[in-house]
Amino acid sequence: MSLPGWKQIPLGAVILKPGNSVEYKTGEWRTLRPEINQEKCIRCRTCWMFCPEGAILEVEEPYKTQAGKEYRLTYKVNYDHCKGCGICANECPVKAITMIEEAI
Amino acid sequence: MSKPLTVWDLPKDEFLAPGHRMCQGCAAAITIRHILKAAGKDVIVVMPTCCGEITSTVYPQTAWRVPWIHVAFENAAAVASGVSAAIEALKRKGEIPEEKDIKVIAIGGDGGTFDIGFQALSGTLERGDNVLYVCYDNEAYMNTGIQRSGATPLGAWTTTTPVGKVWRGEWRPKKRKDLIAIAIAHNVPYAATANPAFPVDLYTKVKKALSIKGPKLIHVLSTCVPGWRIEPEKAVEIAKLAVLTGMWINYEYENGVYRVTTPVPKRKPVSVYLRLQGRFRHLTDEDIKKIQELVDADVERINKLVGKQVIGPVES
Ligand SMILES: Cc1ncc(C[n+]2csc(CCOP(=O)(O)OP(=O)(O)O)c2C)c(N)n1
Ligand code: SF4
Ligand code: SF4
Ligand code: SF4
Ligand SMILES: [Mg+2]
Repeated sequence: MSLPGWKQIPLGAVILKPGNSVEYKTGEWRTLRPEINQEKCIRCRTCWMFCPEGAILEVEEPYKTQAGKEYRLTYKVNYDHCKGCGICANECPVKAITMIEEAI
Repeated sequence: MSKPLTVWDLPKDEFLAPGHRMCQGCAAAITIRHILKAAGKDVIVVMPTCCGEITSTVYPQTAWRVPWIHVAFENAAAVASGVSAAIEALKRKGEIPEEKDIKVIAIGGDGGTFDIGFQALSGTLERGDNVLYVCYDNEAYMNTGIQRSGATPLGAWTTTTPVGKVWRGEWRPKKRKDLIAIAIAHNVPYAATANPAFPVDLYTKVKKALSIKGPKLIHVLSTCVPGWRIEPEKAVEIAKLAVLTGMWINYEYENGVYRVTTPVPKRKPVSVYLRLQGRFRHLTDEDIKKIQELVDADVERINKLVGKQVIGPVES
C-alpha cells in the first residue's frame, strides 16, 4: 500500500473511494483456512449469512453432486479477506466446512 | 401481518466492504452487514468512536460503501439529528427531490450509548427526529481495552472490574439499565432488541424501523472475542445461547404493543451461556444462581408485557 503525500490528501481527510478497504488483504491474518466440501454442501446460505467479512461468496455456478443432485448456486471463500474465524464451519448445519491449518 | 422473511430475502448487496479490521469472529461486523443490507444504498451512517468506527476506517481506507460520518464519542445521535434536518432543508430548497427517501442511521457501542452519548440520544428521541439509532452492545468499552460500561452485566470481568480476592468482576447487584424501556419512556413509535445469531430477525426489524417516521431504537447484543474471552468460531453460537437461556430476549415494541420475535418455550440454564466465556470463569455456582434469578425475573417481566408466556421455564 502506498501512502499519499499531504498535497494529495483531500480537504478534511475525506476518503473518496467507497469500500477501498478491499485493498487491505485481511486473509493474511488467517491461521486456519475454511474449505467447503461441495459434495456435502446443501446450499442453505447459513455461512454466507454469518461471515463477519462477507467473505463467503454466493456464485451462480451450477454444481451436480456424485449422487446426481443438481444445484444452481455454489458457495466459495474469498481467501483474500477471510480471516479464518471458523464461524462458517461452526454454524454449517451439515458440517460441510473444514478448518485446515495454513501451511507457512 | 405479512409473511415472515427467510434467509433468501436477504439482499446480496454488501455495503460493508471486506478489509475492515474488526477482530476475527466479531459479531458487530455481522450486525453492521445486515443493517446495511436492510437500509440499502440511500443511507447516511453516523458513528461515534467505537470498535466499529476505528476498524472500518483506517485512514486512508474505508470499508463503507455508503456515506458515513465519524463524530465524537458523545454526540452521534445529535449529529444524526442534524443530518436528518439537513436533508429536510435541502428538500425544502429543492436541492433534493421531495420523494427521495434518504435514511439516517446512527450506530454506536454500549459505551457511546448507555453512558457517554446518552444525553444526545435522549435529545434525539425526545425531539422526535427522524433517525434510527442502533446500539451494538458488547457490554464494555472494548476498543480502548475492555473497561466496564453501564451495560456490563453482573459478574463480568473487565480491566476495571478485575477478579481477585476483593473484586469479583462487575459488582452492580441488579439488572443493568433497560435501554428499550428508556427509549419507550421518550414515546418513540418503535424500539426493538436484536441479536447477531438471528440476522433475518435483525434485518426485518431494521426494515420496519426505517419505514416508520420519527425516532427509533434497536439494541443488538454483540459477542466480542477478546473482551468476552471466547473462541472466534463460537461468536454466533454464544449469541444464540444468550437467547436460548433468556439472558437476551428478542422483542419489539410498536405503538404500545410488545411482541417477542424469538419465542423460547423451554429455556436453558444461564450456566450454559456463562461457562463458555472466559470473562465469567471465576463465577461460583452461588454467583450463577444470582444471575439465574435476575434472568428469571426479567423473563417474567417480558411475559407480562406481552400478555402470555412466550419465554418458558428453565428445562430440567
Ligand atoms: C470523550 C471521550 N472519552 C474517551 C474517549 C476514548 N474512547 C474512544 S472509544 C472508547 C470506548 C468505546 O466503547 P463502546 O462505545 O462500548 O464501543 P466499543 O469499543 O466497545 O465497540 C473510548 C473510551 C473518546 N474518544 N472520547
Ligand atoms: S452453511 Fe454449509 S451447507 Fe450451508 S451453504 Fe454454507 S457450506 Fe453449504
Ligand atoms: S472462516 Fe470466518 S472469515 Fe473465513 S469465510 Fe468462514 S466465517 Fe468468513
Ligand atoms: S474488540 Fe470485540 S467488538 Fe471490537 S472488533 Fe474485536 S471482537 Fe469486535
Ligand atoms: Mg462496547
